[in-house]
This record gives sequence, structure tokens and C-alpha cells, in this order.
Amino acid sequence: MTTTIQPLERPKVGRLVDEFEYGLDAPICLTWELTYACNLACVHCLSSSGRRDPRELTTAEAKALIDEFERMQIFYVNIGGGEPTIRPDFWELLDYAVEHHVGVKFSTNGFRITKERAERLAATDYVDVQISLDGATAEVNDAVRGAGTYDAAMRAMTHLQAAGMQDFKISVVCTRHNIDQLDDFKAIADRFGAQLRLTRLRPSGRGADVWGELRPLPEQQRQLYDWLVAHGEGVLTGDSFFHLSAFGEALPGLNLCGAGRVVCLVDPVGDVYACPFAIHDTFLAGNIRDLGFDRVWKESPLFLELRSPQTGGACTKCSAYDSCRGGCMAAKFFTGLPLDGPDPECVKGNGDIPLAGVAAGTRPSPSQDHSHTGPVHNQPIPLTLMPTRLTSRPDRSCDEDPLVGFAGAGAGRETADRG
Amino acid sequence: MLTEAWQLSGSVSLRPERFGALAYDFRTRRLSFLKTPTLVDVVRRLGDSPTVLDALTGAGVDASQQAAYVRALSGLATSGLLVPQHPSPSAPVSVPAASQEGP
Ligand code: SF4
Ligand code: SF4
Repeated sequence: MTTTIQPLERPKVGRLVDEFEYGLDAPICLTWELTYACNLACVHCLSSSGRRDPRELTTAEAKALIDEFERMQIFYVNIGGGEPTIRPDFWELLDYAVEHHVGVKFSTNGFRITKERAERLAATDYVDVQISLDGATAEVNDAVRGAGTYDAAMRAMTHLQAAGMQDFKISVVCTRHNIDQLDDFKAIADRFGAQLRLTRLRPSGRGADVWGELRPLPEQQRQLYDWLVAHGEGVLTGDSFFHLSAFGEALPGLNLCGAGRVVCLVDPVGDVYACPFAIHDTFLAGNIRDLGFDRVWKESPLFLELRSPQTGGACTKCSAYDSCRGGCMAAKFFTGLPLDGPDPECVKGNGDIPLAGVAAGTRPSPSQDHSHTGPVHNQPIPLTLMPTRLTSRPDRSCDEDPLVGFAGAGAGRETADRG
Repeated sequence: MLTEAWQLSGSVSLRPERFGALAYDFRTRRLSFLKTPTLVDVVRRLGDSPTVLDALTGAGVDASQQAAYVRALSGLATSGLLVPQHPSPSAPVSVPAASQEGP
């Protein structure tokens, strides 16, 4: 985050980060998933995308929403999906947003970024592109994203570079198979004149099914932290890794969970969630079709609650609480942990015992799923064993944990540790 | 800087917030924070003021605080949010976008 924080008089308001905790009049980081339809079937998809939802916003509704963003002075939105370019009106909506002073950064797997599209994108101000890449080699990438996806991303980046698009983003979800490739990712980004963006694998959407196998190992968390410290502001993280700040010095960024305070998601059918990683009824604030976005953002009881002072539970006793703040709400929720306790990947190991204590079958099940039901032609074939949904779930979240199988004892400790 | 004429860059929008304002530069995709309402007032006045000093005075900044405000304004100028009222061609600024991003 590039902040210009002025050390001037500050009697009326507190630290900026405290102001953010109370929420802003409009989000700083709004993600808008245009469609649940996707040509791929990535194993860790945060929105369980695949099939189009028939209730998807119409073109007219989408434009009205952009008008509302403009009125609220939401300066830019992150457009995703699904694969947003699948919507037949995608390019029309992109132009409409730009005409209405709403900048756009959109995420894509790159399949539809042709030479001609790349040239148009490079010529449009206010538009930024983010190509998803989860391995610096085809072997690692395609195991997660599907056959041919590495080549498609490389092709898209070649077109963007040739068209003169500068500083587009290459977005990597960090997994145990690509942590050793961080330098290679950086080299790829440098080669294409792009910016590298690393984000955290969260147990959201289909990510819940593979989180146990794909999340970085404890020693890799340290490796990642050291790499991030060494690269400073030169690499973007979307503030993903503030839970790693507990290793030492804080990483650049706000270091707070922005869900419902400065962050939110509008999904393809107009549902507004606290965060793109929290697509679940528990974090559903309302629907823009009923109230309009402005009112949902400002008035929903859920968001007002998220903006009220939170208790840190067991974490408040932790020396790292100021920078870590207990980590990611979505990661806790989808692993079945209490929201006011440690992150499941707490670097001090405080997430392990509660995680072991989460009783089998008590992790929240998804409230929606748009995954493809049949085979997809470039279906990923994971490097590790592909889990089947439902069956092996309960223990997988803690398969690194020595306490696996001792759920009873763990549960006791967890209760004692809380509060 | 006090005697110079500055203004908000044409590619920057301000959004009022309780603490002051968010400033977004569409050209550089950079988000900044103006941390006090007075600073926002000063920044808004710059374009219609012959000098920075006039803008400060108009916003009720007293002499003892001038130095602090000039420091703040210089920071905004360095990041390209403020530009001279009669701009000379300057090098393009390249930039990180704001953090707290989506997926
Ligand atoms: S829930 Fe997690 S991903 Fe979402 S804003 Fe909070 S910390 Fe970030
Ligand atoms: S105990 Fe809580 S605050 Fe401390 S490092 Fe772990 S998650 Fe972060």
C-alpha cells in the first residue's frame, strides 16, 4: 500500500488503521465477480466456479451497479469470476466502467487475451490486467490449474508485453509446490515487464478441499516471510500475509482484516459478502437487487458488526498481536476455528491445537457451489493425491499436526485457551 | 514551496472520509490518504490560490503549523498528486497499486 500518512494534528481521529477498523463510507478494495462460469476447474478455486448461475446480473443491472460505484466514488474495482471474459458483455462493461471513472483491474486465466485484445487493453487507460499463474513451470502450474494453462498464461503475457502493456500483474497463489519457485516467478515477471503479486492460499471455495495438501509447510511459511521481507514493496501481496508478520518485522500493508470494513465482494448474482474469500451465508450482507449496493455497504447489520470493536480472544495475549491481529477471518471460519482466536496458520503454532480440536464434520460446509459437475477437458491432475469431496475432509486440515487423531484432548485445550 | 502555485493533478479524485479523504490517481493507480480534514481543505484550495501560503491561510492554518503542512504538501507533490499550476513536462511516475486487493 502506498500511503501518504501525515503526522499532523490528530485529535479528532485516531491512527489510520483504527479508522479503517471502523469502516469507510465506501470500500477501498471491492471485488466484483462477474460470473461463476469458467472454462477451467482449478482445484483451489476460491469461489467454487465452473457453471454460470442463471440469476447472473443482466447487462443493464451491471451498468446500474457501475453507476452506483461512480456515485460512491469507488475509484476502481477488481473484476474476477469465474473467468470474467466469458461474459459476452465483458468488454462492453469494461468500457462502460472506464467511461464512468471506475478503474478496473481484472483477473483472467489468459485464454482469451488474444493479440488484438492485448492491444486494446494496452491502449485503454484505467485498465489493469492480472494473469493467474500458480507455478513457475508447467508441471507445477498445470497440476493445480489444468493442462495447457501454463502455456495459455505465457501466451497472454507475450501478447500483453508485445502490445506495450506495462506493469500488468502476475498473480500467484502460494502453495507448498511453488514456494521454492519464488525467484523464478520474479524472473518471469521481470522478463515480461510485469509486477509479481503473491497471495495466500485460503481454505475458501474448493480451496477447502485441497488446503491441507497444498498449503505451505510450516518451514515454508518462514521461507516465504523472509522472501517477502527481502523484496519489500517490490512485490505485491494484497495484504495477504499479515499473519506472517508475527515472525518479526511487519510486512508492508495495513495489517488488518479488511472484511466488511474496507473490503467486500459483489458476486455474480448481486450478493454482497464481507470478503471474496468469505462466500458463505454467514458473511452475506445483502443483495444489491433488493437494496442497492450503497445501502448494503452502509447499513447491513453484518457489516456494522464487523466494524464494531472486535475481541482478539486468545490472541490478545500474544506479543505479535499488533501486527498479526489473529490473522484471516475466512481462514479461521472455513477450518472451523473460532473467529476470535488464532489463525490456522499462526506462525507461533497457536492455531495447531484448536485445529486438531475441530471435531470431524463440524467445519462449515459451503453454502453454494458452481463447480462443473462433469469432466472438464483440461481437468487438473494434481501432483499429490486428488481428494474426493466429502470423504476425507475432516482430518485433512490438520494432516501436518502431531495431534491428529487426538481430537478430544485438542478440543479441551482449545476451550481452555479461549477468552 | 510557500510562494509557489500548485494544484491537484487532473487525474486525481478526492473522496471525503471522516478522517480526511482518500486520494486516487487514475493515471498511476495509486491510492493515498489525506489524514486531516484541514489538509483536504488546503489541497482543495490550492488550484484557486496564487500561492500555497494563500491556500494555507484560507484554510485557517496558523503560522506555527505551516512547516508541517508544507512537508505534507511536498510529499503529495513528490508522489504526483499535486502538480505546478503551470506544469513543465515531467517524467512519468510508475507505481504500485494499492494493497488490500481482491483475489
Ligand atoms: S477474511 Fe481474510 S482474506 Fe478476507 S479481508 Fe479478512 S484477512 Fe483478508
Ligand atoms: S497467537 Fe494470534 S496474534 Fe499471535 S501469532 Fe498466532 S494468530 Fe497471530
